[in-house]
Amino acid sequence: MSAVVFDHVSRHFGAVRAVDGVSLAIEEGEFFAMLGPSGSGKTTCLRLIAGFERPTGGDIRIFGEQVADLPPYKRHVNTVFQDYALFPHLNVRDNVAYGLMIAGQGKKQRHKAADEALEMVRLGGYGARKPSELSGGQRQRVALARALVNKPRVLLLDEPLGALDLKLREQMQEELKGLQRQLGITFVFVTHDQGEALSMADRVAVFNDGKIIQVGAPEDIYFRPDVPFVADFVGSSNVLPADLVARLTGQSRPAAIRPERLKLAETGPLSAQVIGLSFLGLTTRVSFQAEGTRLTALLPQDAPRPAKGDTVALTWAEDDLHLMRAGA
Amino acid sequence: MLSDRAPLSLKIAAAAGLLFLHLPILLIFAYAFTTEEKSFAWPPPGLTLKWFAVTWNRPDVWEALSLSVKVASISTVIAMFLGTLCAAAVSRTRFFGRETVSLLVILPIALPGVVTGIALRSAFSIADIPFSTWTIILGHATFCVVIVYNNAVARFRRTSGSLIEASMDLGANMFQTLRHVILPNIATALVVGGMLAFALSFDEVIVTTFTAGQQQTLPIWMLEELVRPRERPVTNVVAMVVVLVTMLPILGAYYLTRGTDQVAGQGK
Repeated sequence: MSAVVFDHVSRHFGAVRAVDGVSLAIEEGEFFAMLGPSGSGKTTCLRLIAGFERPTGGDIRIFGEQVADLPPYKRHVNTVFQDYALFPHLNVRDNVAYGLMIAGQGKKQRHKAADEALEMVRLGGYGARKPSELSGGQRQRVALARALVNKPRVLLLDEPLGALDLKLREQMQEELKGLQRQLGITFVFVTHDQGEALSMADRVAVFNDGKIIQVGAPEDIYFRPDVPFVADFVGSSNVLPADLVARLTGQSRPAAIRPERLKLAETGPLSAQVIGLSFLGLTTRVSFQAEGTRLTALLPQDAPRPAKGDTVALTWAEDDLHLMRAGA
Repeated sequence: MLSDRAPLSLKIAAAAGLLFLHLPILLIFAYAFTTEEKSFAWPPPGLTLKWFAVTWNRPDVWEALSLSVKVASISTVIAMFLGTLCAAAVSRTRFFGRETVSLLVILPIALPGVVTGIALRSAFSIADIPFSTWTIILGHATFCVVIVYNNAVARFRRTSGSLIEASMDLGANMFQTLRHVILPNIATALVVGGMLAFALSFDEVIVTTFTAGQQQTLPIWMLEELVRPRERPVTNVVAMVVVLVTMLPILGAYYLTRGTDQVAGQGK
């Protein structure tokens, strides 16, 4: 059975269509990422699952149960909030035990469960501290433990790594992934960071303007974008306009090509002028202007490097030019 | 560069300013112990504690005091109830006229007391409401609500809305959320607002003169007493009591709000 099903779900705020006819099925045990720029409707979708928003139209089912009219406290889902939302007046242990206290568990029992959950997120021994005494990464773990201790069937995470620095974020990505595998709970994860979505999720849904543009495995999204928006948003592919592609291949459709797949050659199908170079360490990023289109290539460090102003020929393997649908 | 040490002239000026503010209050205290009862002669010809006993045995003091305590308590309770609800509505929801409501709630404290007093008095007479303890309470509630509202609204604004969502996400319904999350987070703001409201009501004169009719709250009683040259130090004894009664809640409010730099739910 699918864990979460959206059936033509909409959420309008006045004239704004935050979520506009979204249909999707999230499978049980899946690590599912909702990826999109801010205002694309991904967070509203998460809030619809949690119950903080009610759909303007359509059906939402969680494990087969219609939830559109259920308040948040009657759903078997828990949320890790973007700002963590730890209760400042409670210590860490009571924060984690909050859900169990509301459920009517005795003090001893719920404190034991809370300590175990803290142990699981490697914060054993922090129970007596106040949230204000913890670092951002630690608060994040407390928020995670507070949600997981209730054994939700679906865990919702709203940009949970957004406030952490890069190193901590990479470490938390690993840990979240490990926890998800270990617990087997369905994780639904909202992010605007494509790297995060690609590295953690089993499947990614790309949102734009309240709609899902493409759903698929990270490799599909990355190498086989359906439309220019996905190509551009997920890892900045080069997008070739339809008329240029028509001349190159005979098919009048936009196409995407990854920067690392563009090669410099003596002769090639496309001639381009170098307009900028930047050294990135492992690679050099070269910007080109080719028949009115800006292109970027990532050249390995040992490849011959052109100079600014040079006119060069660009080539690629036929498979690497990915034809897309026109549109969004 | 700024020096750590203030120049002597500035120190003297500061000391003079503080003396000017506080010396008269000390004088009031001193006259409560004077042996001379008709005029306030300095220095007091002698010291005595008899005025405390005299005050204790004056029924009019007790009446005025009990009326003041009653009025202040009831207006504070009304203000805490209405002020909190109003603050919650204004800071938690968006509705048509929200800014207007916010302004209208704060307005009574900006209006001169005379205007509030006259307005209430004419409203009472138009509606044919006889003066009673309740008309005084109503008058005081108008500005007490503002105090509680201001304190509560500031705290609500600093309390992250996601705390409430987090509580509901963890299975708590509205009442459980109110009890376990909202009240603990706004409690000190409410207590502080209540204390300030009580202190404000306790020494209010202007609005009271318009809404009290023949009744005397403690400050009104003191005003009347000043023009009567009989047992004058009694007024000073009462003044001392009033200072203590109003100072305590204000000091309490100060100590309670001192440690609240840590903003609820703002953690990152």
